[in-house]
Amino acid sequence: MLKKRIIATLVIKNGIVVQSIGFKKYLPVGKPDIAVEFLNDWGIDEIAIIDIDATKKGLKPDYKLIEKVSKKCFVPLSVGGGIQTLDDVRALTQSGADKVIINNLCFKSPDKITEFALAFGNQCIIASVDLKREQNEIKIFDYTLNKTIDYNVIDYLKNLEHYGAGEILLNFVDRDGLYKGFDIDVINQLTNQVSIPIIVQGGAKNVNSFIDLFEKTSIEAAAAANFFHFSEHSVTFTKSILSNKLSSIRTETNFGYSDFKTDSNLRILKKDDDVLEKMLYVKIEPEII
Amino acid sequence: MNRKLNIVIADYNLGNTYSVSNAIKHLGYNVRISLEESNLKNADVIILPGVGAFEEAIKNIKSRNLDKILGELVLVKSKPILGICVGMQLLANSSEENGLHEGLGWIEGHVKQIIPLNNDKVPHVGWNNIKITKESKLYTNLGQDNHFYFDHKYHFVTEEKFISAQCEFGNQLITSSVQYRNIFGVQFHPEKSQRAGLKLFRGFLENVELI
Repeated sequence: MLKKRIIATLVIKNGIVVQSIGFKKYLPVGKPDIAVEFLNDWGIDEIAIIDIDATKKGLKPDYKLIEKVSKKCFVPLSVGGGIQTLDDVRALTQSGADKVIINNLCFKSPDKITEFALAFGNQCIIASVDLKREQNEIKIFDYTLNKTIDYNVIDYLKNLEHYGAGEILLNFVDRDGLYKGFDIDVINQLTNQVSIPIIVQGGAKNVNSFIDLFEKTSIEAAAAANFFHFSEHSVTFTKSILSNKLSSIRTETNFGYSDFKTDSNLRILKKDDDVLEKMLYVKIEPEII
Repeated sequence: MNRKLNIVIADYNLGNTYSVSNAIKHLGYNVRISLEESNLKNADVIILPGVGAFEEAIKNIKSRNLDKILGELVLVKSKPILGICVGMQLLANSSEENGLHEGLGWIEGHVKQIIPLNNDKVPHVGWNNIKITKESKLYTNLGQDNHFYFDHKYHFVTEEKFISAQCEFGNQLITSSVQYRNIFGVQFHPEKSQRAGLKLFRGFLENVELI
């Protein structure tokens, strides 16, 4: 059975991972290669690296950075930011990217989607769409101009599929960095409008956000950024709790959290002192492959 | 472990050669990315990676004369080869991706578009558990239930005797790996399938000399 994917997004600005809040404020998190190595070890299903400066500044993708992070990345890696030409896509796949994410290019020159797909296959192209609520209507947001544009959202998504995108990544700008949970209503309105997989991002607060999403929608994949940086055990805890609820989650690690306590926000609490005192530590030799 | 094994990734300007080489290097082997005939001739194992569309892939292979060079090494000299994703699909007789195209024809079969049943979304992308249907050098280091990362819109339709593993996608079975003698193919990406993928490479590379 195909599993639901839990994807970690690394938002990159000036070569470092940042926390993004509402596409406006940015706080530094750390080095991309360290983040990738840890996420990989924790059993994340996929990693997306998005450089939010490249397109705005007219820069090429940072191939050296991708080469560096992909050395420790044995899960699929999608890369976005600054992609303009077929040669950019080729250079990225040769630097360790498995898929490319394009956003702005999709409304400027949708033919590029077709051109990339003819060479690299539809499965290699993720079309990313930023969505924003305006007067309670959902609109497409152009982050380079910092305003919404007047396309019909459903027509736009259908067009992306028509031009040859293999997946669509929906970013909910209003929820970015605000921990409000996923926008279930809008997701349900959009999911079945296209026949390619959709990834949603924006709003993940805790494991319940993911449970909610997968129980109430038929979405294939969920991505989060800040949540994975700032919550203890976020990847392993989320996947472990999710897999107790749903059969469609891949778990590869041996972590179990049945005896852990959590606070009201579902963050893991320290064990009681007397429990810690009586704990026995067993050395487990790492499995050598 | 034989670290001296000479592994060559065939470079036809369309694969994720770097990712495949990273995974194999991580296991301590020497690996070379090349399309030079001399390097391919000296290889103990050849890997044909792939992230790409079939037409572009076969065009690149043929324009570099790799179909002839590899054909001699694989079919006449019985050198082991592992095709990954579109690299596996190239082994078939034909593919219908963007028009009908002739493949290498080393394993009887045709690459056809996945027709989704129910509401399944295509491409088939993500982690799926495979069912090993035949003993294979690929799976020597793996138990039964393993997840691998898939990302494809077309699949390898072939006779049961060539299939060594399948996975369920909605209500249909997708060929996950194929084998005919020294010719191996996996539809999924072992280089992107975490520990299961690394174990597959280890098992394959350790046992491949015994073929």
